Amino acid sequence: MLTEDLRQQFISVVGQKWFLDSPNELHAYSYDATPLLQFIPDAVIIPGSVQEVATVLRMANEHRIPVIARGSGTNLAGGTIPVQGGIVLNMNRFNQIHEIDEKNLTATLGPGVITADLHAAVEAVGLFYPPDPGSMRISTVGGNVAQGAGGMRGLKYGVTKDYVMGLEYVLPTGDVLRSGGKNVKDVAGYDLTRLMVGSEGTLGVITEITVKLLPLPATKRTLVVYCRNLVDAARIVERIIAAKIIPATIEFLDQATMKVVDDFAKLGLPLDMASMLLIEQDGNEAQVVQDIEKIAEIARQTGAAEVHMAATMEEGAKLLTARRSALSALSRVRPTTILEDATVPRARLADMVEEIERVARKYNLQICTFGHAGDGNLHPTCMTDERDHEEIERVEQAFEEIFHAAIRFGGTITGEHGVGMAKSRYLHLKVGEGGIELMERLKAAFDPNNILNPGKVFAKRDRRRIVVRQS
Amino acid sequence: MTTQIPELMNLTERESSEAPHAEAPHAEAPHTETPHAPVAVRDALLGKFDLDELLNCMHCGFCLPTCPTYQQTGLETYSPRGRIALMKGVAEEKLAIDAEFEKNMYACLGCRACETACPSGVAYGRLIETAREVVEDNKKRQGKRSFTRKMIFKNVFPHPKRIRAFGTALWVAQALGLQKAANRTGLIRILPREMAEMQHAVAKVASPAKRKERPPILRAEREPALKIGFFKGCIMDEMFYETNQATARLLSKAGCDVVFVEDQACCGALHAHSGEKSGAADLAKRNIEAFERAGVDFVVNNAGGCGAALKDYGHWFAHDPEWRHRAHAFVAKVRDANELLAELPPLTFHKPLNVRVTYQDSCHLAHGQGVRNQPRQLIRSIPGVDLVEMSHPDSCCGSAGIYNIMNFDMSMDILDDKMKDVQRTKAHVIVTANPGCLLQMREGIMRAGLQGRMEAVHIMDLLDRAL
Repeated sequence: MLTEDLRQQFISVVGQKWFLDSPNELHAYSYDATPLLQFIPDAVIIPGSVQEVATVLRMANEHRIPVIARGSGTNLAGGTIPVQGGIVLNMNRFNQIHEIDEKNLTATLGPGVITADLHAAVEAVGLFYPPDPGSMRISTVGGNVAQGAGGMRGLKYGVTKDYVMGLEYVLPTGDVLRSGGKNVKDVAGYDLTRLMVGSEGTLGVITEITVKLLPLPATKRTLVVYCRNLVDAARIVERIIAAKIIPATIEFLDQATMKVVDDFAKLGLPLDMASMLLIEQDGNEAQVVQDIEKIAEIARQTGAAEVHMAATMEEGAKLLTARRSALSALSRVRPTTILEDATVPRARLADMVEEIERVARKYNLQICTFGHAGDGNLHPTCMTDERDHEEIERVEQAFEEIFHAAIRFGGTITGEHGVGMAKSRYLHLKVGEGGIELMERLKAAFDPNNILNPGKVFAKRDRRRIVVRQS
Repeated sequence: MTTQIPELMNLTERESSEAPHAEAPHAEAPHTETPHAPVAVRDALLGKFDLDELLNCMHCGFCLPTCPTYQQTGLETYSPRGRIALMKGVAEEKLAIDAEFEKNMYACLGCRACETACPSGVAYGRLIETAREVVEDNKKRQGKRSFTRKMIFKNVFPHPKRIRAFGTALWVAQALGLQKAANRTGLIRILPREMAEMQHAVAKVASPAKRKERPPILRAEREPALKIGFFKGCIMDEMFYETNQATARLLSKAGCDVVFVEDQACCGALHAHSGEKSGAADLAKRNIEAFERAGVDFVVNNAGGCGAALKDYGHWFAHDPEWRHRAHAFVAKVRDANELLAELPPLTFHKPLNVRVTYQDSCHLAHGQGVRNQPRQLIRSIPGVDLVEMSHPDSCCGSAGIYNIMNFDMSMDILDDKMKDVQRTKAHVIVTANPGCLLQMREGIMRAGLQGRMEAVHIMDLLDRAL
């Protein structure tokens, strides 16, 4: 709880309007998009300038008050849950695109800019910002940078981290630092820009971002492939890549997901198939047509049961409906939907999907898997009910096995959601005890008093994702 | 009964880095404002919340960009996700049913754009109605109901004669030039600011004599001769009598016997949206009975807001075994005029209009009833009409029933943004499909200084002009 004196001091920094602490207001910033996690902050502050951010941080640091930077609160790892109370620092007033530099192919913007708004702004001048996380219509670019967000175009274009060229950020001391910039080549010292990306608000508060842009591809085409077994789908993906074709997107739906999606969206999917692939290529017309035809040929030769090519971009969008409806369909099945992002090298895709199916059977759970086959980033999604303690316990065990399997296949516990609270218990599996120790020392160098987003990433290795307390 | 939610990670107990679950600063969660409310009473109140539906919200945030009040404020408490979290907080007795909760529940337009965006299909419209019902019931219990509310919901809307009297008074005022005089003399300022602003937008209403001329049935001019019961709407029939007449003409030309069913009442939408569920249910019963007696094939209306309410009757009586089936049978017959006209053989138009128009979706037609293509298809069928889409045509104009009176400033901020989208289309006509939107768009035209260059027209009037 903030003392009245401190409250007044914070109010004098940002103004009454931007300091929130009524019961409803605190309640409304106690969650993000992560299931089952909720903690009440002591205050919500919505700063309007870098100077205000610096002052708030300096005061919080002095009084050891936790500060949780937040965009739209759409992360799935508990990254913005105020687990130790403190101040939720909502950055959504930093929503200006300062510059689109068509000569250097960069955009400079505030962290509160909505990802889809950035897309629209740069596409209006024929440029392209590829990262497209599922929540892009509401997620902020600052949130994407902090969590290291991915998306459907990862295979060909990479993810958020591949586009951040420069940052301005504030340390707990109130010092405002800049790293990187518009230079394609810049090896002056440690790459602090890269360190900040994916640091989940534990090192500093980002106040400005410079991203790399590309020319906007002229057109795109879509192809759908149905397979009678998982191995065929995985082999098709491998052979496309081996043929030196890099599609913009290769999305995957397993049979369980197809069934739920078809039930919801009535798309008439062939439900006797074990899986489907949605493949999209972009570029200039001739190249796109050539690639898509080649991909279709590879799919047919590699045991695809059915291959459909979209004649137009509109038809392609229709084909992608199945993938886009996946989350909608799955989340309607049961009250609680837990979506994870275990990731493996793409050659182990089939192994991983089979392992997930085995685990689901073992724990008697409904787990559907879809995701980004092109980059091995899967979304095993469990439909459950948070009121059923016993089942939630099984969900916890099942995901633990899934994370272990991902590591065994040379993969990782999280491809694009971040560690946050949800996966801090498994971080050592990927980075090792030595890795965690080094990260903690880095954290202490940035934030010695541990006020920035405490309780995240590596805070409590023994804590389970979901704490079920039987009453 | 309230379902008990197990406390997973109890939100009152925080983790601290040294001692987990040590401090509990907000442990003394407030309950209702009435001290020592009997447990049974409190349970009956909170039991109104549909906890399963509240849990269906996975707080993904996909509704936020579609919510006009979130877009205006950037505040989570002004978003559908935030409001659902607050409802859940109240249902779980972590938050009080207090003035702040009431303010937040009424800050919602009820446009239901969030329902279209929701991946989980959460029935938000029903959740917000229940929340308001809980607020109002709690106030009734504490004897805190405002006089105006009581007057409006008990003494005006349920009484067609009184609404007619209001229509007559309005006509008299207009006929005598009182409205203009009041404007000119500044007398209008004795009205509350909100009412004074909005009354500009009221169009010329029909005279009582003219209204008496209406025959009880308008015969079909061609096959298939469906027998449809026309749902007039209380406000619609007073303030937009001519639009109702135009709708009836169109339907008769399209092959419908149009019956102006006797003894119909207000649809109950305003009651339901304002937490007056029992008043809404009484009106619904009167309508179900009236249209049953009339023995019609379809119940047709031309106001998106009313139509969405009529189609929701099944849910209003979900727990009433006696009325449930009758309500479902009624709902199965309800059609918006756009829906029916788009299904029937095309109308023949004789007068090309040669105008550029843009279509502002009625929220409760688009998000509430999923009727989006039919009005557009009808507009495009008029010779000479060029339909130019504005950006975000299905984002609320800020009218939202009585919202523009109750939350005037927010409503006008939303409207001013809407007018920017409208102006970019360079349209001469804004077409709408609901009386509230129509008034609001007229207000918007005035606020943007576009009088004489742009007009707002109900889609039925536009179609009628081209006959």
